[in-house]
Amino acid sequence: MLKYILKKLLIMVLTLWIIITLTFVLMVSVPGSPFNSEGNSNEIVQQNLEKHYNLDKPLHVQYFLYLKSVATLDFGPSIKQPNQTVNDLLGRGFPISAELGLVTIIVAVLSGIILGILAALRHNGVIDYLAMGIAVLGISIPNFILATLLIQKLAVDWEFFPVATWKSPMHMVLPVLALATGPMAIIARLTRSTMLEVLTQDYIKMARAKGLTPWKIIVKHALRNALMPVITIMGTLLAGIMTGSFVIEQIFAIPGMGKYFVESINHRDFPVIMGTTVFYSAFLIVMLFLVDIAYGILDPRIKVTKKEGE
Amino acid sequence: MEKILEVKDLHVTFTTYGGTVQAVRGVDFHLNKGETLAIVGESGCGKSVTSNAIMGLIPNPPGKISGGKILFKGKDLTRLQEKKMRSIRGVDISMIFQDPMTALNPTLTIGTQLMEGLKQHRKVTEKEAKKRALEMMDLVGIPNPEERMKQYPHQFSGGMRQRIVIAIALICEPELLIADEPTTALDVTIQAQILELFEKIQDVTGVSIILITHDLGVVAKIADRIAVMYAGKIIETGDKREIFYKPQHPYTKGLLNSVPRLDTKGKLKPIEGTPPDLFSPPKGCPFTARCPMAMEVCNKIYPGSTTISDSHSVDCWLQDERAKQLLATMVTN
Repeated sequence: MLKYILKKLLIMVLTLWIIITLTFVLMVSVPGSPFNSEGNSNEIVQQNLEKHYNLDKPLHVQYFLYLKSVATLDFGPSIKQPNQTVNDLLGRGFPISAELGLVTIIVAVLSGIILGILAALRHNGVIDYLAMGIAVLGISIPNFILATLLIQKLAVDWEFFPVATWKSPMHMVLPVLALATGPMAIIARLTRSTMLEVLTQDYIKMARAKGLTPWKIIVKHALRNALMPVITIMGTLLAGIMTGSFVIEQIFAIPGMGKYFVESINHRDFPVIMGTTVFYSAFLIVMLFLVDIAYGILDPRIKVTKKEGE
Repeated sequence: MEKILEVKDLHVTFTTYGGTVQAVRGVDFHLNKGETLAIVGESGCGKSVTSNAIMGLIPNPPGKISGGKILFKGKDLTRLQEKKMRSIRGVDISMIFQDPMTALNPTLTIGTQLMEGLKQHRKVTEKEAKKRALEMMDLVGIPNPEERMKQYPHQFSGGMRQRIVIAIALICEPELLIADEPTTALDVTIQAQILELFEKIQDVTGVSIILITHDLGVVAKIADRIAVMYAGKIIETGDKREIFYKPQHPYTKGLLNSVPRLDTKGKLKPIEGTPPDLFSPPKGCPFTARCPMAMEVCNKIYPGSTTISDSHSVDCWLQDERAKQLLATMVTN
């Protein structure tokens, strides 16, 4: 097991390095600089600024400076907001995004799986069509449209929930709903199709022949086998949602980290771009690693490590 | 002898987009206590549907038991509610499936799958369940049961898995065991071992067995009586010896002739043609189109049952006196 983890770790570091390098290449090849967007700074000021942020150095030196900042996990101050370091921004934004993301994922996974199971059990029945109708709507309606709709109806017209900001659990309801619908729909469809396949398997028939209750057959025998594809997309989904959604956070005025992704690129705020990218990639890689481990737990045929002598 | 199971005029239909399939069309048979009855027939003749009907495992919709009775120890299973049926399944009547490679859940340990039926139906402690499971594994001949309980199906060979499936079926001491092609998916040497195991468990537990198969070699080895099925009907039943040595129905004869033998030379003799479409089964004898002895009447009217002996009966017009006379004159000419 230790050997496996070490090997995995090495691959993870390698992957991260490739991502960092690609990001760097993309960053320097995109035209524009952090300083000339307003056109209000003169030549000398700009040169001084570039010097201050090491942007005047040759590319390979800049590259190694970046690598060093990643290795020490110190990305330095933001260029646009010099009084804050990148770590400050992430440290403030991530817990909020993560909280929103985690609740969203829990809602999406639970409701998605339940919807998928119901649809599969009533295959071609009313519940099936209803659940899949909801799923298609969930996939095709962009979350920002859903968000504005929810605000208009549930917050403005009926005043059930606050319109925006991030203060109490009540503030969480609308953004979670808006954010969870898409993933829920994907998970529901996935669960339904794998569940339909699993339910035709011989071992389900055998479980019925044993006289087990339908509940036991579904939860113990079918669901476990049907969840594999859901687990597969969970890693990407978790990383994507927990690191913040730019649009949803903008709409609900949630101070998460979603906006840094987009703003940093618009402003060519190199340290923030690096910081958010590295953070997101590392998070994604760790999630995918956890998914690998989860496979082994759910399905004993998938062994992450070989036992001695086997 | 005490009859443990009586199937009377059983009809099973499946409704599909293409129409209604009459998979089982009036099947009658019975099973005595401690006996092995083999139901023989080619693919699609309704053998498995019959066994699923006894288990109450016909998926509804599209399937439906549209007529007849299944009397298990005098109780009509077709009228039982699902909840009652669940307390019979796996307890009084168990089933063994064709393919041991797919009949076990790949994500649960053998021990879990063995014990769950017992835990569902009997009030047992974990310890008692385990003891019983170990006994069963011992009975079906699995070495190191203690250790094997903790393993998963993929760590077992095909033959070993079929032994496990048998152990699972027998753990609640059922009185009736339905084995749906239990050796078809196994290779020949393993087949022989599994058949011997069937004989052994019948000796030990006294369980009655319905064996669904198309393999006459299997039948010859372990069956007491044979029912030959064709196009959703049982066309001939009798003791093993009667069916093998004095087959009456042309279909039964064809089946026996198509078995490859070591002592005859030449090509295999298949039964020409294919079974009828069960969307619209023929009014007369369904075998008419393939029958070398077919007569005008066969096409129009289904023959009634003719009793050959106490145990042997057949549905065929050739049993009619006039047909017999005709055949006799044809031979003399």
